[in-house]
Amino acid sequence: MKTLRQRNIRDYIMVSLLILSTVLVLTPLLIIIGYVVVNGIGAISMDFFTQELGSPARAMQGQPTGLIHTIIGTLVVDTIGVIIAIPIGVGAGIMLSEYPEHKLNPLLRVLNDTLNGMPAILKGLLAFALIVRPMGTFSGLAGGIALAFVMIPIIARATESALMTIPWSIREAGLAIGLPRWRVVLSTIVPAARIGLVTGFLIAFARAAGEAAPLMFTSFGNNYLPTHWTGMILGPVDTLPQRLYSLAISPYSEWHTMGWAAGIVLLVFVVALFAGAQLLTRKKAYNT
Amino acid sequence: MNINVMFKKKKPKQEKISPGLQPQDPHRISKEISTNGSPLIRMEAKELTVKYGTVTGVRNISLPIYNEKVTALIGPSGCGKTTFLRALNRMHDLTPNATVTGEVLLDGNNIYVPRMNPVTIRRKVGMVFQKPTPFPTMSIYDNVVAGLKLVGIRNRALLSEVCERALRQAALWDEVKDRLGSPGGSISGGQQQRLSIARALAIEPEVILMDEPTSSLDPLSSSKIEDLINELKQKYAIVIVTHNMQQAARVSDNTGFFYVGDLVEFGPTDKLFTNPSHKRTEEYLTGKFG
Repeated sequence: MKTLRQRNIRDYIMVSLLILSTVLVLTPLLIIIGYVVVNGIGAISMDFFTQELGSPARAMQGQPTGLIHTIIGTLVVDTIGVIIAIPIGVGAGIMLSEYPEHKLNPLLRVLNDTLNGMPAILKGLLAFALIVRPMGTFSGLAGGIALAFVMIPIIARATESALMTIPWSIREAGLAIGLPRWRVVLSTIVPAARIGLVTGFLIAFARAAGEAAPLMFTSFGNNYLPTHWTGMILGPVDTLPQRLYSLAISPYSEWHTMGWAAGIVLLVFVVALFAGAQLLTRKKAYNT
Repeated sequence: MNINVMFKKKKPKQEKISPGLQPQDPHRISKEISTNGSPLIRMEAKELTVKYGTVTGVRNISLPIYNEKVTALIGPSGCGKTTFLRALNRMHDLTPNATVTGEVLLDGNNIYVPRMNPVTIRRKVGMVFQKPTPFPTMSIYDNVVAGLKLVGIRNRALLSEVCERALRQAALWDEVKDRLGSPGGSISGGQQQRLSIARALAIEPEVILMDEPTSSLDPLSSSKIEDLINELKQKYAIVIVTHNMQQAARVSDNTGFFYVGDLVEFGPTDKLFTNPSHKRTEEYLTGKFG
C-alpha cells in the first residue's frame, strides 16, 4: 500500500511523461513548418499565384514565373480522386461495419488493409498500367485514380469506425418497423454518422493531397497551363507534391526556392484540411 | 377485485395445487381461454428453441399469443424472456451464432420457413425496445412515418394522416403536435418511448412486442405506457417482457413465467398470480428468489 504522497508523485511523473511525448510529437512538425517557411517565403509573391512556371530560363532571368497551373492542377486531380474514392470507400466501409457475417467481409478487410499498407508508388504504377498505357498519355484522370487508390482504404476504415459508433439498437429499431437492411443503413445509420464520415474524407483527402509518388507515372507534371481546360483531365497535369519534388531536384537555385514555396502552399492546404477535420470532430463531441 | 391487491396478499398454503396446467400443452390452454373470451390465436410458438452457439437461450417453448390480449413474460434476468420475444419477429437473424429451431406460427404460417421474408414478418410483428430508439437525425414526424416513407410512400396527405393517427394512439399527439419538425431526440425519455410505439403503430402491425418498455422510464411515464397498452389491446395482440411483476399483473391477460430457459408456467394472469401451479412460480412471485 502506497502512501498518498507516493501516489501523487507517481501521478505527477505520469503526467510529465505525457507532456514530454506531446512535445516530442510536435517538435518535428514545428521544425518542418519553420524550415519550409523560412526557405520558401522569398519566392511567395503575386506572380507565384498568377503565373505559369515555364522554362528554367524565366526564373533565372527574373521574368514572372509561378505555380498557378500547379495549384489548379492539384485541385483538379485531388477532386477527381475524391469523387472516385468516396463512393467506393464508403461502400466498402458499410460492408465492413454493417455486414460482419457476410462471406466476403474477412476478405475485404484483409485486402483493404493490404491496399492501405501498399507503397503509394505501386498505386501509381497500377494506375499507369490501367489508364496511362491504354490512353497513351499521362493525364489528370490517371493521377486522380492513383490518388483514389490511396484514399479508398482510409475512407473505408474511417467509415467503418464512424458507423460502429452508432448504437446497434438503432439498426434493430429500423429493422423492427420492417425496413430492409440496406435502407436502415442508408437512411438512419449513415446520416447519424455523417460527421464521422466527413472527418474520414478529410483525413483521406489530406493524406492523398500530400502524395507525390502515385502521381509520377500518372499525372506526370507540366510546366504550363493546358490551352484548354480538358487538358487538365486528359493531358499531363502539374500537382504540388510532385512539382515540389521536381523543383527540388532541379539544378537551379531559383527553382529550389520555388520548391520551398510550393511546400508552404501544400502545408497550408493540408493543415487547413486537418484543422477542418479537427473542428468537425470537436463539434461531434459536443453533440453527443 | 383488483389483481394488484390480490398479488400483494400473502397466499394461503392450501392454494398450492398439483400442476393441472401443463405449460407444454397449448391446446389445453387455448380451450381454457376460449370459454371466457376471444379464442383467436394470433401467434403461436411450437417447441421453440434458441441457441447462441452451444449455449441454450430458451428451450422447447410452446406458447400461444391471443389476439386483443396482452401476454406478459416474467422471470428473473437472463432466463430467456427477451430471447423468446426476439424470436417472434426473427430478430435473431442478425445475431451471429444464433440458431432457432421449432416453429413460430403467425396466423397459422410458420415464419421460420425459408420462403418467409423477415422484412414482411416484421411489418406484421412490430417491436418496441427497452430504451427509446428515435432515429437520431429525423424529426418527430419523420420518425413516426419512417416505416412508410422509407419504403417509397410519398403521398403527403396519407403520411400526415398516419402520423396523427399513430401519435394519437400512442397518446403523444397533444404533447408534440406543435413541434412535429423538432428532432426525435429533443423530447423527454418517456415521450421518446411513446414515439417509438407510435412508429411501430404507424405500419399497422398485427402484433406488438414490447421488451421492458418502461424499465428506463420514471413512474409517471411508465403509467402512461401502461394505460396505452390497455388501449392498444383493443386492436392488437401484445406481448410484453417485464421485470415488474405488478406491471405484469396490471396490464396482462395471460402470463408466462420463464426460468433458466424454460417456460415453467403459462396461464391467465389472475390465476398465475393468485394460484400458481408450480412451486417455482410461487417462489418467484413471493420473492423467495429472482
